[in-house]
Amino acid sequence: MINIFEVNETNKMIEQENLDVRTITMGISLLDCIDSDLEILKKNIYNKITSKARNLVKTGEDISMEYGIPIVNKRISVTPIALIGGSACHTSADYAGIARVLDQAAKEVSVNFIGGYSALVSKGMTPADEMLIRSIPEALSTTDRVCSSVNVGSTKTGIDMDAVKLMGEVVLETAKATRDQDSLGCAKLVVFCNAPDDNPFMAGAFHGVTEGDCVINVGVSGPGVVKYALESVREADFETLCETIKRTAFKVTRVGQLVAQEASRRLKVPFGIVDLSLAPTPAIGDSVAEILEEIGLEKAGAPGTTAALALLNDQVKKGGVMASTAVGGLSGAFIPVSEDQGMIDAVRAGALSLEKLEAMTCVCSVGLDMIAIPGSTPASTISGIIADEAAIGMVNQKTTAVRVIPVIGKGVGETVEFGGLLGYAPIMPVNGFSCERLIERGGRIPAPIHSFKN
Amino acid sequence: MKKTIITVVGNDTVGIIAKVCTYLAENNVNILDISQTIVQGYFNMMMIADTSASDKDQGTLVRELTALGEEIGVVIRCQHEDIFNKMHRI
Repeated sequence: MINIFEVNETNKMIEQENLDVRTITMGISLLDCIDSDLEILKKNIYNKITSKARNLVKTGEDISMEYGIPIVNKRISVTPIALIGGSACHTSADYAGIARVLDQAAKEVSVNFIGGYSALVSKGMTPADEMLIRSIPEALSTTDRVCSSVNVGSTKTGIDMDAVKLMGEVVLETAKATRDQDSLGCAKLVVFCNAPDDNPFMAGAFHGVTEGDCVINVGVSGPGVVKYALESVREADFETLCETIKRTAFKVTRVGQLVAQEASRRLKVPFGIVDLSLAPTPAIGDSVAEILEEIGLEKAGAPGTTAALALLNDQVKKGGVMASTAVGGLSGAFIPVSEDQGMIDAVRAGALSLEKLEAMTCVCSVGLDMIAIPGSTPASTISGIIADEAAIGMVNQKTTAVRVIPVIGKGVGETVEFGGLLGYAPIMPVNGFSCERLIERGGRIPAPIHSFKN
Repeated sequence: MKKTIITVVGNDTVGIIAKVCTYLAENNVNILDISQTIVQGYFNMMMIADTSASDKDQGTLVRELTALGEEIGVVIRCQHEDIFNKMHRI
């Protein structure tokens, strides 16, 4: 039988160490909503989302109360809209109209974000894909809760450099379209390589076409729990360190698995995956950078950071995999800058640069995430950053992503405030040398040799 | 059987257990096990209880026990046992 010490340990994790379930995300397929008439398509989309997700928020709140575990976000991901609107949309404005319908549906069912305003163009763009991508600035500046993502490359297909070029321009236009909110639109726009179909985390969540009609995916969290656990093994060797991370990750993931199963049962929707990610928040003690410091760095970004992060990421997976029946999504350590107080401090102290962050993305689960850069950064440079990340993802057969925010009207040293879970960020310098001629070439970077496995 | 873990944490005063047990008895919640320690001067009690005979659902019990805790000046938590079983048992 459960004893008082185990109960106290769990409750201490929840109350003092910021253990929570970060998100229950309902994936909804919109493939059966497709119609060539735009108005009928919009109605179908609105009706399907609001009927499938009607009880999502209430169910999340009930589970949270009965088990005494905070469930921070309830969200929805949908089939990439470029596919859904292909037959009905004739202009970019038509696509942006669908974004507003998604926004309305999200508000109707009270979820805080809806993801899937997306296009999958890792090998090439259809006219519909391109139209959707060009509509992103309007879509994100005229909605509150819609998140957008574009997959521009994969290990199997290589990198679509035309899409990379276009995305550099779109990121900058989105920043301009939302300049009165410190370019907040870019915080809801992710450019991927090897995007997973079942990621529950925003802004990159979408419901892949290989998925079923409706599915529940859960993202756990818990950097704080890992950090506190590591405090007790400060002088110990790597074996003890790894063992402690694994044991903690197991416990954290078990809670996610429980919540996922319970939500799936109550909503009568199949359980998809648990995403094992360590997702930080701006709250003190809920930071991945602080874990790296606890492992032995003066500041995140110091030499040794990549090794420490590689170790952390691997041990989180090893502990988490055993705790869940199905693991997926991004699953690893997130290293967003604005959403992690330790990262913000490291940037401010001059310990962490864009280049070091890029190195870190080789060994963790995502990419350059929530990084504010000067608003004067050229589109080709943003494309260059995207191409570098996509190359890392392509060659290492992992997901990488870029979510940078060129803050219009602000420069290096200034700070930008996004609010809430998105946090705040000091604007980081970007290498000023041009890559314009590279980006102008057009075409595709072919898939690497080790992708030919058949 | 629907097992619930009820924890009470706070400054030790007269009648904490009595008040919590009275509430549980009135609501037909059967106490299966009680353990108690003092951690760093704080009163720390855990009960394992069976709520299947109660007319009130888990949500209502959670709300009312939280309110009772505020009245006594302690923190009362009422959680489904599965969260602890999942985390601490393979």
